[in-house]
Amino acid sequence: MSLGWLNRMIPGWIGLPRLDPVLLSFLLAIIGFGLVVLYSASGQDMGMVERQGIRLGVGLAAMFTISQVPPRILKAWTPWLYGIGIAMLVATWVLGVGRGTQRWLDLGLFRFQPSELMKLAVPMMVAWYLHPKILPPTWKVVLVSLGILMVPTWLIYHQPDLGTALLVAASGMLTLYLAGLRWKILFGFAGLAAAAAPVLWLVMKEYQRNRVRTFLNPEADPLGHGWNIIQSKIAVGSGGITGKGWLNGTQSHLEFIPERHTDFILAVLSEEFGLIGVCLLMIAYLLVIARGLYIASIARDTGSRLLAGSLSLTLFVYVLVNGGMVSGVLPVVGVPLPLISYGGTSAVTLLSGFGIMMSIYAHRKFIR
Amino acid sequence: MISYGGRPGIKDPNDEKRLFDQRAWVAFLVICLCLIALLSRYVWLQVSSHDDFSTRSENNRVSVRPVVPNRGLIYDRRGRVIAENVPAYRLEIIPEKVDDLEALLNKLTPLVDLDEDDIENFQDSRRHFRVFDGVPLKMDLSEEQVARFSVNQHLFEGAYVVPYLSRHYPYGDLLTHVIGYVSRMDDDDVASVDEGNYRGTNVIGKIGIEQFHETELHGTSGFERVETNVSGRVLQVLERQDAVPGQDLVLSIDVAVQQVAWDAIGDRPGSVVAIDPTDGSVIAMVSKPAYDPNLFVHGIAHKAYQEILNGPGRPLFNRALRGGYEPGSTLKPFVGLAGLETGVVDENTRVFSNGKFYIAGYGRPYRDWKPGGHGWVTIVTALEQSVNTYFYQLAMNLGIDRMHDYLAQFGFGETTGIDVPGEGKGVLPSREWKRAAQNKPWYPGETVIAGIGQGFNVVTPVQLANAVATLVNGGKRYEPRLLYASKEAGNERAQQQEAPVAFQVPVVNPHDWELVREGMERVVNGPRGTARAITKGAHYRMAGKSGTAQVFQLAQNEKYVAKNVAQHLRDHALFVAFAPVDAPRIAVAVILEHGGGGSTDAAPVAKEVIEAWLDQEIGRQTGEQP
Repeated sequence: MSLGWLNRMIPGWIGLPRLDPVLLSFLLAIIGFGLVVLYSASGQDMGMVERQGIRLGVGLAAMFTISQVPPRILKAWTPWLYGIGIAMLVATWVLGVGRGTQRWLDLGLFRFQPSELMKLAVPMMVAWYLHPKILPPTWKVVLVSLGILMVPTWLIYHQPDLGTALLVAASGMLTLYLAGLRWKILFGFAGLAAAAAPVLWLVMKEYQRNRVRTFLNPEADPLGHGWNIIQSKIAVGSGGITGKGWLNGTQSHLEFIPERHTDFILAVLSEEFGLIGVCLLMIAYLLVIARGLYIASIARDTGSRLLAGSLSLTLFVYVLVNGGMVSGVLPVVGVPLPLISYGGTSAVTLLSGFGIMMSIYAHRKFIR
Repeated sequence: MISYGGRPGIKDPNDEKRLFDQRAWVAFLVICLCLIALLSRYVWLQVSSHDDFSTRSENNRVSVRPVVPNRGLIYDRRGRVIAENVPAYRLEIIPEKVDDLEALLNKLTPLVDLDEDDIENFQDSRRHFRVFDGVPLKMDLSEEQVARFSVNQHLFEGAYVVPYLSRHYPYGDLLTHVIGYVSRMDDDDVASVDEGNYRGTNVIGKIGIEQFHETELHGTSGFERVETNVSGRVLQVLERQDAVPGQDLVLSIDVAVQQVAWDAIGDRPGSVVAIDPTDGSVIAMVSKPAYDPNLFVHGIAHKAYQEILNGPGRPLFNRALRGGYEPGSTLKPFVGLAGLETGVVDENTRVFSNGKFYIAGYGRPYRDWKPGGHGWVTIVTALEQSVNTYFYQLAMNLGIDRMHDYLAQFGFGETTGIDVPGEGKGVLPSREWKRAAQNKPWYPGETVIAGIGQGFNVVTPVQLANAVATLVNGGKRYEPRLLYASKEAGNERAQQQEAPVAFQVPVVNPHDWELVREGMERVVNGPRGTARAITKGAHYRMAGKSGTAQVFQLAQNEKYVAKNVAQHLRDHALFVAFAPVDAPRIAVAVILEHGGGGSTDAAPVAKEVIEAWLDQEIGRQTGEQP
């Protein structure tokens, strides 16, 4: 409020950063904690921490940049972004690079995962589409929205990348939900999904089936597929309330946990910082989500509101799926712990999303 | 549950905001409930089941241990074991279990006689192991060392005596240059093998058959999932997948023949290679001096290695495979055949030898070994008496390139493809070769001496033996094989391995080949044969050809007198042979470094090897004397 008059007097691009200090401080707290855990999870490899720091720096830069772009411009770009994303997904299908899976697109200068772009482009596109429609959406509108989100989901699922497909679908569905999708339809879908589970089993790839089998009974194959889950549970459980202390996680450092610096970093955190560490992290995520929903609520128009809301809720899907996977209540799907897992693209995508939220925040309604 | 309100058909931002807020609140409540559910899972894991998981983490650690496959045994062709696995003990340390490694090593030093090499190797190999794996510290402990350690075991937390199978070569240096040896894996080895399969393996084939057939000999690792307590003691085996033992290999080497060749060479550096011309299998392959491969199995001490490396005659050097020698007159049968088959000469072509041969325009004479010459000779008598002038003339008529192309068919200038690594190629000169190697034009005089196997020609013993085998079996050039048969684990019988045929030399006229073989027969059996001395008491009718490789270039008119020349400058003695002449079963190449004369020194070695082989194969029979 105090800086609002200043923002209006100076043109956007050279003005003071239109940042939300509240959201930013929560994010920085999570990022800082993440780097501390990564140092331990990487086997005290400072180089890895530095590389991740650089990626997060790139992500933060993207966030600052995007936060300066007014929502109406973002809106104008949305169909293009979505179209380019789809085109690139098709391109990866044809000429992708990567170990056994076709996720990466080599753009000469850097390699790029188009599926990451879709994590933002899909909720943007659904919000863009719903924005001029009368809400709650009619059947026809719902079906078109479903089409918008199912096409990229299907493409990503076939890369195959179940985790990202799940997140992309969730982000679109959550937009629809926030737009007021009728409960009848919502529960109808839920029922349909439950009925479709056996069919899904048939179309799943063998390694995906193995993950589900392992999830249902990890002890059956303790050396192979059950290894992650069992060792991860031992790590979490042996951490106790206060944890074994930073750098003291025996499970983690004895290399019992595979992927311990990426998808399973929460196991390291749980082992070393205990239940207290897990609770603090979850509270930090909850605060980010709450702030995001608040920003959505005070957004100037419906499109921005839906977008900010769905981005916030999608963050929770990340946290829930990853937290459930590490503790053995959900099957192992490749979903990282947001802002903490080692890896560049996911951090950049997430922070770009928060950049959109900050832009929406900066152009909010002034009701008070 | 939620009122949508608003007027149908008209967009109302306030309604939409209200709707969104309701949905957001519901979502936030659901999120809180999910988080509570998720956290209660963590509470269950970290509080209620904490003790259980703590125990699993700290005490009853389930570990996966490799089950090392037994390395395949190696036999000779008569079934003698030439590489075996013998039970031994080694001392291992699990770094994770040791608080003060240096103190532990100091305490262990007098007990098991550790030296600097042991400790250095230990520190090197540590990097390849996980902290909870045992790292070998000392291999092949003596019974006394095991006893000394075992009595005091409780003092050495983290150190264990582990039984294992150690490689042993009962014939020692006799077969080193054939079998090679296994030794501790170094960084390059670790990088080149499948990590999982070699998790528990400490040694790898370094040279020879052990290296060439590493994959077959090694087998496939299994694993064992065991529950261990704090001190690493196995409480129970939960699951086990057995290893697939390596294949047993049968080599075509006959240790008895190998031994005869070894003894016949005596103390001179040299090499003998004997090949069965009927199937390309290698009967004997000796390179002398050699060294004891057993020294390398447990990691050789630096000093001992230096001694071998710099030992007299360079024992590490495999002469049979890599030794490059001037073939001298042993090349004449091949040059002769080249002349006959290309039509440059025939059976009746006569050349007059007066002791000196001149090329038009050059003053330098090319000599016969017999002053005054041999008179009129044909191909058969030229071979019998090793008449240089005949081959000088023939080489001039053939030209170097035609000669090169013909001899190349016998494998000269190329590796034979024998199944041990590190073979040399030798040199088969041609204009093109000289241009590439030395960037110089070809001179006519070089063609002349190439005709008697001198000049640029370089052959390896295995090349020479294989060329003779090809000459006597009708032109079928095999890739010589040391591997005779292999037996996979579980199979009753070994599977015979056949030597692949590298090339079939075209036979224009079989009679040409007969003439060359007849010439070689007369070398041994003819009235003027250069090696007729070995006929006396021979069990079989043999054929051969002697050769002398110059090490020391004499001045123009100087006469070579062995006793006037220092030992290391004396000529190399060569002899190639095959027998029995009517149906050859063995082809031999003998090279004695600084051995003097091919006929006098090398030929008797060849004779002994041939008889050692044929006495077993055919049984004793008396050779006919002409």
